[in-house]
Amino acid sequence: MSVFKASVFFAALVSSVAVAAPPEVHVVIKDHRFTPSEVKVPAGQKIRLIVDNQDATPEEFESHELNREKVIAGKSKATIYIGPLEPGRYPFFGEFNEATAQGVVVAE
Amino acid sequence: MISAAIIVFRETLEAALILGIIAAATVGVTGRARWLTAGVLAGIAGSLVVASLTEQIANLAEGMGQELFNALVLGVVVLMLAWHNIWMARHGATLARDARQLGRDVQAGAKALPILFVVIALAVLREGSETALFLYGMSLGGQHDAWAIVNGAGMGLAAGAAAGLALYLGFLRIPTRWFFVVTSGLILFLAAAMASQVANLLIQSDLLPSLAAPLWDTSGLLSNDSAVGLLLQTLVGYDANPAGMQVIFYVATAALILLGMRLARQKPAPVGSPH
Ligand SMILES: [Cu+2]
Repeated sequence: MSVFKASVFFAALVSSVAVAAPPEVHVVIKDHRFTPSEVKVPAGQKIRLIVDNQDATPEEFESHELNREKVIAGKSKATIYIGPLEPGRYPFFGEFNEATAQGVVVAE
Repeated sequence: MISAAIIVFRETLEAALILGIIAAATVGVTGRARWLTAGVLAGIAGSLVVASLTEQIANLAEGMGQELFNALVLGVVVLMLAWHNIWMARHGATLARDARQLGRDVQAGAKALPILFVVIALAVLREGSETALFLYGMSLGGQHDAWAIVNGAGMGLAAGAAAGLALYLGFLRIPTRWFFVVTSGLILFLAAAMASQVANLLIQSDLLPSLAAPLWDTSGLLSNDSAVGLLLQTLVGYDANPAGMQVIFYVATAALILLGMRLARQKPAPVGSPH
């Protein structure tokens, strides 16, 4: 296989993987708050939720409605797969800073 | 201080309930206090190690290290609880056939202690590493002074331990002939509950399909947030909105353990031979 063919093949492979991968949604933790605090996602589809903790302290992403729980170390990112969700509101919070760290996933 | 107390209480409660059930299941077995204490201490030591390695663990397996690590810890606990129940079923049958065996059987019960040591150490490890991280994060946060954190954590720990102790003392009041049924029943539920958590962790990291998610939603009736919900969650794995895969894991684990116990009971160990 020539270098050209190989790179075309590789590009096709990468793009097909990219198509197959669930959509990404980003949330940032800063000063023990989620931004955005309301995250819109498509209903009926699996989502890659990427939580970027920019605080120096660890946080635990938790949601009873989404049935998810994950510790995120300070200054690091975590990936959490959620859904496919029925249309509706799914609150989440930071267990280590529940007073301020509140958010909601809205599936529509 | 209140948030420290609540979080430490919740984590302690989970570990304390498991410890309470196991302590009740091993009443009268020589050397159990030593093994159970060692399990708690090993779990606390392990918690500090795991908490300090959180970032490294999380980065393993393309960011899914935490899920896989927890799934592995819980998976090992499920296997050991299953093994313990099946082993006790066999042991119990022998015991029923010849009451004079009692002395020897209590001694044989001591052989299950290393397994239970591991169960307790891992249960404490799982809850403890979260607690250690939380307290560490709080102390870094700066808005709380160290004394308030220590105070809150101490209150939470005491309350959680008291709940575990209350459960244990409650068990001791169960009439002898029901005792084995109740303790092995609780261990069965505990194992099934943990298997469903394993499924949830694998779904969260996209290694298993969720099937129906959620299969049902009873959070309006009894939420996992409420005190009763939390208690039932720890004891029997109550989940207000479980995925279909979780239910499959739960039912399959419970069925396999029951089957194992039944088979073990039908084929009791030969009298007089050590297990
Ligand atoms: Cu926990």
